[in-house]
Amino acid sequence: MTRDYPEKPKQVYFFGTCLIDLFYPEAGLHGIQLIEREGIAVFFPPEQSCCGQPAYNSGYDDEARSVAAAQIACFPKDIPVVVPSASCASMIREQYPSLFEGSSLEQAARSLAERTYELTEFLVEVCHIQLKDQGEPVKIVVHHSCSAQRHMRTSHQTQKLLNQLGNVAVVQQERANECCGFGGTFSVKAPEISNAMVQDKCDSLMATGAQQLVTGDCGCMMNITGAIEKRGDQLNGKHVASFIWERTQ
Amino acid sequence: MTTQDAGHINLNFKNRVNEALADQELRGNFRGAMDFLMQKRAAMFPDQEDLEALRKRGEQVRNRCLQQLPDLLEQLEAQCVSNGIQVHWAETAEQANNIILGIMRDHQATRMVKGKSMASEEIGLNHFLADHGIEALESDMGEYIVQLDHSTPSHIIMPAIHKNKQQIARLFHEKTPGVEYTEDVDKLIGTGREVLRQKFFEAEVGLSGVNFAVAETGTLCLVENEGNGRMSTTVPPVHIALCGIEKVVQSLADIPPLYRLLTRSATGQAITTYFNMISGPRKPDELDGPQEVHLVLLDNGRSRMYADKQLQQTLRCIRCGACMNHCPVYTRIGGHAYGSTYPGPIGQVVSPQIWGLNNAGNITQACSLNGACRDACPVNIPLPDLIRRLRHDGNNSTAEGQTAGQGQLRKPAEAVIWKFWALLNRSPLLYRLTLWSATRFRKLIPSHIGPWTRYRSAPRPASKSLHDLMKASGTQTNHPTNQP
Ligand code: SF4
Repeated sequence: MTRDYPEKPKQVYFFGTCLIDLFYPEAGLHGIQLIEREGIAVFFPPEQSCCGQPAYNSGYDDEARSVAAAQIACFPKDIPVVVPSASCASMIREQYPSLFEGSSLEQAARSLAERTYELTEFLVEVCHIQLKDQGEPVKIVVHHSCSAQRHMRTSHQTQKLLNQLGNVAVVQQERANECCGFGGTFSVKAPEISNAMVQDKCDSLMATGAQQLVTGDCGCMMNITGAIEKRGDQLNGKHVASFIWERTQ
Repeated sequence: MTTQDAGHINLNFKNRVNEALADQELRGNFRGAMDFLMQKRAAMFPDQEDLEALRKRGEQVRNRCLQQLPDLLEQLEAQCVSNGIQVHWAETAEQANNIILGIMRDHQATRMVKGKSMASEEIGLNHFLADHGIEALESDMGEYIVQLDHSTPSHIIMPAIHKNKQQIARLFHEKTPGVEYTEDVDKLIGTGREVLRQKFFEAEVGLSGVNFAVAETGTLCLVENEGNGRMSTTVPPVHIALCGIEKVVQSLADIPPLYRLLTRSATGQAITTYFNMISGPRKPDELDGPQEVHLVLLDNGRSRMYADKQLQQTLRCIRCGACMNHCPVYTRIGGHAYGSTYPGPIGQVVSPQIWGLNNAGNITQACSLNGACRDACPVNIPLPDLIRRLRHDGNNSTAEGQTAGQGQLRKPAEAVIWKFWALLNRSPLLYRLTLWSATRFRKLIPSHIGPWTRYRSAPRPASKSLHDLMKASGTQTNHPTNQP
């Protein structure tokens, strides 16, 4: 699945996602700052909330649709929408068009899907960002979400971005492409299975001896760091936007 | 398995899952086997682009055949009949069982030997025949092990994959008179083979599944590695082939791409040891082969799947098992926990459609929608989309599909929560108010919130939401101007 990328625009929208909004706002802020530093004006429509994925994945399509419709209304202008989460970006890109098929919002949903980008994808492919690492040497492990790997297929772009940081050594975990067990409502609907998955994920992350966990999706981060904390292990998690912003100032 | 029997798929699903998760030996067996199978498959597809092209081709071939399904089935029937194969149609599992019993009775047969057939598991044939005094002996080594253990297959390709070598050695030693305990795999297989050889010659009827039924030529194709499929279909005087109606392909030319995909995806083999093509009973001048060949075409819910544009994609499946090999849930809970003939991702899609959402819909919850199965599927079935769709149909009696039990999984309390959630997330004022109070009173959020905190610490809301930060920073929260 290859995608054509536009010229660097002057303006973009930012869709912060509900999880970042409430739990990891600094990740959103740093994402915005990274884009602004590239000379792009960032607009954050205050009416935005959630992409609708939790209800959609649980099979509550009407509820998901009503929330999705409210988001479509937030981003009317024909400029890119940047999302600091492959999961929420893929909800908009992959599911909105079919969710509104045959309805009056179909065109608007398609337009939004077409101009929605995951943050690292946008920074690499559209901004052609060049990073200069100012940070101390550090060994990190990266967890790419399933959405980044298999839906948006943007994990290689996240990787490219991190590769630009000269003092950062990225170490590999065992079974890197396996799901961490979050899956949104899956983690509460099938908590024991989800736990079995996240425990294995924690084991392989801890075994790397990395000093820092970096991920582009806050759902995975909440799941993994929550489990690590409960185990009493030490591994700090950071959204890729914060990690990059803090090292490149 | 009849629809009544299938009720247990939903019942106790959680208990079965928890038992499986607690069984470290079982988990080790699955993890080891699935890692091995994934590696074998990956080695067969070194080039990503070639793989994608082949998968696309497989998808197109299957789609073309499905588009003409009714016509191809008619053509298949006509061709088979002209080849001397007797064709039977079974709309339900009960009908299929009775047709097979009828054929057995016509020949006063009491002994059947079976090649591997998941369709026969689907209809619960062994139990049904046993109830009527007929012994049906499995001749596939994995199926034989499972039968010896009074169990059921835990994987559609490798029925006994839940057992390790030591467990199989113990089983053979305990259940077969005069057999010493040995972990020598060749010796174990030799033991099974000896028992089975005799049975092949005693059985009056051999039963097999079908991998591809070719409409143009009336040929039934059977893919296998052990030779037991060939024995079951040639040694006994009567051969019955049980075939889901979706297995029909148009012509022999459709087979190579599907066969390549099947063996590479399933076991990481370039080709299987045997590929049987059965085109009729023994002819007068021939020395061997069965005197009668019967083809039982099984619907059992497949027409319902066919009637829905999205769910129809279920029927593309060539039963390779790759989706379960790549599923992080299947790898951890194993096949039996699903409680269905068909476990793993394809099982989560197929089972509710065969036995009804009310009987088998709960297993769709055991999926994180991570997409690993979709990427492994040789015919590009969007399994996560279909699992999600069935969750939706389970909640909605007004869903467009024809799956039985629609709406019967709706939980009123959950439905209310989602209604409230939607209200909150589509009204900016309520949403902001919630953010405001969650950030303001974040210290009051309990540290134990349901299943989440059983295994994780509770997430703590930030002191200021992104909305707050945006407002404070004066970043443009309004809409952009019209400049490009
Ligand atoms: S759904 Fe796809 S991967 Fe799973 S068994 Fe069928 S063909 Fe194989």
